[in-house]
Amino acid sequence: MISILIRRTLSLAITLLVVSLLIFTVMDLLPGDPAAIMLGTSASPETLAALQKQLGLDQPLPVRYLAWLGGVFRGDLGQSYTYGVPVAGLIAERLAVTLPLALIAIVLSVAVAIPLGVQAARKHNGLFDFVAGLFSYISIAVPAFWVGLLLIILFSTMLGWMPAGGFPGWDAGLVAGLKALLLPAVALALPQAGVLTRVARAAVLEVMNEDFVRTARAKGLSEGVAIWRHAVPNALVPVFTMLGLQFTFLIAGAVLVENVFNLPGLGRLAYQALSQRDIIVMQDVVLFFSALVILMNFLVDLAYLVVDPRLRANAQ
Amino acid sequence: MRKTLRRPVFFIGFVITLALFAVALLSLVWTPFPPTKMNIVHKLKAPLDFGLLGTDQFGRDVASMLMVGAWNSLSTSILAVLLGASVGTAIGVVVAMRRGWLELVVMRGCDIIFAVPPILSAMMLGAFIGSGRFTAIIAIGTFMVPVFARLALGAALQIWTRDYVTAAVSMGRPKAKITLVHVLPNISNQIIVQITIQLGLAILTEAGLSFLGLGMPPPTPTWGRMLADAQTFLGQAPWLALMPGLAIALAVLGLNMLGDGLRDLLDPRDNS
Repeated sequence: MISILIRRTLSLAITLLVVSLLIFTVMDLLPGDPAAIMLGTSASPETLAALQKQLGLDQPLPVRYLAWLGGVFRGDLGQSYTYGVPVAGLIAERLAVTLPLALIAIVLSVAVAIPLGVQAARKHNGLFDFVAGLFSYISIAVPAFWVGLLLIILFSTMLGWMPAGGFPGWDAGLVAGLKALLLPAVALALPQAGVLTRVARAAVLEVMNEDFVRTARAKGLSEGVAIWRHAVPNALVPVFTMLGLQFTFLIAGAVLVENVFNLPGLGRLAYQALSQRDIIVMQDVVLFFSALVILMNFLVDLAYLVVDPRLRANAQ
Repeated sequence: MRKTLRRPVFFIGFVITLALFAVALLSLVWTPFPPTKMNIVHKLKAPLDFGLLGTDQFGRDVASMLMVGAWNSLSTSILAVLLGASVGTAIGVVVAMRRGWLELVVMRGCDIIFAVPPILSAMMLGAFIGSGRFTAIIAIGTFMVPVFARLALGAALQIWTRDYVTAAVSMGRPKAKITLVHVLPNISNQIIVQITIQLGLAILTEAGLSFLGLGMPPPTPTWGRMLADAQTFLGQAPWLALMPGLAIALAVLGLNMLGDGLRDLLDPRDNS
């Protein structure tokens, strides 16, 4: 187990390095001088040269990359051009919104998908299965940011129950913060719930006819207990795998939903950085998100090994 | 044909997709009103009050804009998916032919590309080369490459184990020729199904990009920007936020159902 862990961690480190190198290189290869883009057309040549020097653009790519990488290890991601503060602090501050948002969305989607999927599998080909299937199809097809708009129309403009957007900050109290994140999280969770319902249904269907579930039934457990205690735990593995695979889409959704609800999260930061041409912030946020996706898949892989001893044997 | 009709998922998906393509193509020759023509006197009219679906804040006809939006969304998405499908499939079959270290490198590379959501790569591209249809196509297409590369590799590896391929190899046929003659035709069904499903995802992504202003520039109507514009008038004219979203959802729903239906139809295991 430990040797697998070491190997996987090494492979993770290499992957992360390659990602950072790739994004760095792509940004370098793209036409356009970051300093000129950030300053706009009206900048004087002196200002431009000063910024180029500050960004280290007068240095060759490998030097810049290594300097940046060294900074990352020291927790220094550079200075935001527009905000005038360290990017690392900026990301940490925005993460305090995006992370809870993503977590609530994940919890919501799992809480909806597992009962729906399990029930659909139990009533295989029945009315409930049909309705759950319809729910999956529709929720996968609707864009999360549009759901956000509809929720605002319904709960803010028409009913006035919820704030239409914005974030009071965690200083305003846990309840106020959670309230601001609820509608965005629902919008973000819906497409995920559709995907996960399908996976849960298929997984439960598959294990429902296995010997251990039949044995549980035979020893006198009711069907409900047999399924929830024996079939569902086994069906959770594919659900969490899918959750890991879907993480890219969750992040993409968060970028959009944060913009709909005007939430000061990482996605909004990336968008603002784009409109303000703050290349440093953008590069760091893109890298951060990508690293997060890779890390997430790494954790899912590990969770697999912990949960399923058969895979451990295979990976040896 | 009767078998086709008995499969409602395929049938519904086919009808919706057909309607989507019909509307998109029709918009090239006819729309009820010129889609970019402003008419401030009739601004923010409710559906049926002016035109079929009302007007936006500039008095432009919503129905006409939706029609043109269908074409813009569909054409961008198709080009993006074709880019991803052709590059990805080519990578997949070549790797299946060579195997070895190449397989490891390419698959790791796929993991890495897949880790950057297209919204973010479109932002990166947008900052440097400007946003627009080209940027959207590259961003979405790049994201699709790993999807097709993995699929094509997996499918092609299976074909390489078949007896007729072994026979071709033992007859001394070059690997490239085997790939062209035996592998590609036999994995094409799976690729086509995946193209259909990814087309839905591409439409969703394109809508997201245009919503953020990273799609085609104004005044070209896109579903995503119509939603972004509608955001300002949620209280005054909520229907503006309704129609483009419905159009996106319906288009994606149709393509997803068509893809699922096609998979069932084309999967020989299921045709018993």
